[in-house]
Amino acid sequence: MDAYLELTDVEIAFPTPTVPFVAIQNINLKIKQGEFISLIGHSGCGKSTVLNIVAGLYQATKGGVILEGKEVDQPGPERAVVFQNHSLLPWLTAYQNVELAVKQVMKKASKAEVKDWIEHNLKLVHMDHAMHKRPDELSGGMKQRVGIARALSMQPKVLLMDEPFGALDALTRAHLQDSLMEIQNELNNTVIMITHDVDEAVLLSDRIVMMTNGPGATIGEIAEINLPRPRNRVVLTEDAAYNHYRQQVLSFLYEKQAKVEL
Amino acid sequence: MKLPVFLEPYVALVKGVNPKDNATLIFRQLGLPVVGLLVFMMVWSGAAKNIETSLGNFPGPVEVYNQFTNLVDEHQAEKEKAQAFFERQQARNEARMAQDPDFVSTIRPYTGAPTFFDQIKTSLFTVFTAFVIGSLIAIPIGILIGMSDGLYRAVNPIIQLFKPVSPLAWLPLVTLVVSALYISESPMFQTAFIVSAITVLLSSIWSTIINTAVGVATVSKDLLNVSKVLNLNAWTHVTKILIPSAIPMIFTGLRISLGIAWMVLIAAEMLSQSPGLGKFIWDQFQNGSSESMSRIMVAVLVIGLIGFFLDRLMLLLQKTVSWDKSAVLR
Repeated sequence: MDAYLELTDVEIAFPTPTVPFVAIQNINLKIKQGEFISLIGHSGCGKSTVLNIVAGLYQATKGGVILEGKEVDQPGPERAVVFQNHSLLPWLTAYQNVELAVKQVMKKASKAEVKDWIEHNLKLVHMDHAMHKRPDELSGGMKQRVGIARALSMQPKVLLMDEPFGALDALTRAHLQDSLMEIQNELNNTVIMITHDVDEAVLLSDRIVMMTNGPGATIGEIAEINLPRPRNRVVLTEDAAYNHYRQQVLSFLYEKQAKVEL
Repeated sequence: MKLPVFLEPYVALVKGVNPKDNATLIFRQLGLPVVGLLVFMMVWSGAAKNIETSLGNFPGPVEVYNQFTNLVDEHQAEKEKAQAFFERQQARNEARMAQDPDFVSTIRPYTGAPTFFDQIKTSLFTVFTAFVIGSLIAIPIGILIGMSDGLYRAVNPIIQLFKPVSPLAWLPLVTLVVSALYISESPMFQTAFIVSAITVLLSSIWSTIINTAVGVATVSKDLLNVSKVLNLNAWTHVTKILIPSAIPMIFTGLRISLGIAWMVLIAAEMLSQSPGLGKFIWDQFQNGSSESMSRIMVAVLVIGLIGFFLDRLMLLLQKTVSWDKSAVLR
């Protein structure tokens, strides 16, 4: 398999006054270009840590990440992140938020090109009607759409999504998942998405990476989701393969890695 | 035309809409502050009658008001004198030019004593100079130490050490240093002005520095991550992320600083004999006439009023600069 993005023996240990706290270890993962990967696991298992290492926001204490033959050692726009709580700058409009990102990646482009590109990306997430509104005038789902537009506008090699729909209600989440599939169908990005939602993972992913409980969390199982695209959430509920994948993930989370409640 | 919100109850009352509610609203808006002021006047005037000093009774509201009108009259008289002085010079110069075409005319400045209102102007100019220069120094320092935890730890003890120092402690040192260093043939500013401005600056910048630093240090981690992922350069990072985030804290600091600056200025002027309201008070105290106490009381009230307006001015500025128009600022 051609690895576009490769995590090799990634381990991160956070210093504490006594012994270093090993959050994750032995993470080995090869991701193909255009693949959609979900990371799933219980809270606190280190999913976000893995994502932050790929983003370059954390440095692995052992092992490393290679993207297109180059080592990842700092954050950059080619690994755009969609944050859980949208993280838009509240003092800028939707347009200006995307503009801030676009200006970083299209330094030589003319003003008209930049404007077209910003508008194109906002249209892609169906936010062209509210381009000049500030985040506090937008609903949670709309803010997250702008967050996705900002990430997409950087034309990242890898799109990293940290529970992008976690803070949204079920209906809004379903809308955004459909939008994301539509966009993915068009752009075929390489995506790593963290999620808590088993349905979401099965619906969107090519592979689901299931993580064991921390500390010292690692990859437990990987499920290949061989469902044809485009996928339809209503039709899939009756699909035997779909239900089998769901069952596989659920069994991992609630039987093999059942979280011990203290 | 859209009326300001605070006028709405009056309009409604005139129109007869909800007369009871609107009357209550007006009473709360306008009536209660007036009642408070009236009670204060009564207590003041009652207490004043019972305080005997070597210069007579402590002035009550009426005496103070009379002195205020006197000060206004004196100011106008002085202005007229100055006007007449310049007109006389003008006339004399023209007469000499007519006699002798080679005569080069000069206009000599008027050297009458500064009036109360001239002193106010001087004080305001000094405080603004000190405050603007102080803020231009304090905000960048605050941003720098807010960005780096290490720098903050290094600088914080120094700030905490100097923050509580009284301006009166700085003044002798500043006077000596300025007199030693600021020597020029034709000084642009008076030494006294520079001494009070520097003293004010030294006493007032600390809260802006601290508040800016705290504002910058508490910028949301998510926004800092956004900045890192976007690879923003230092300038964009500061102007697009840090400053907008820290604006409320910066303004809190600026308002405290301006308040302190205004308080300190009066003390500095009194002690350093530099022109301004402080000197006005000191002169009246030394003068010791029967009017002195009323005049000092006028100055006290004016100082309070100006302090209040300065704060409102900063609030207005904050409202214009702030991105969050829905935030309640008070």
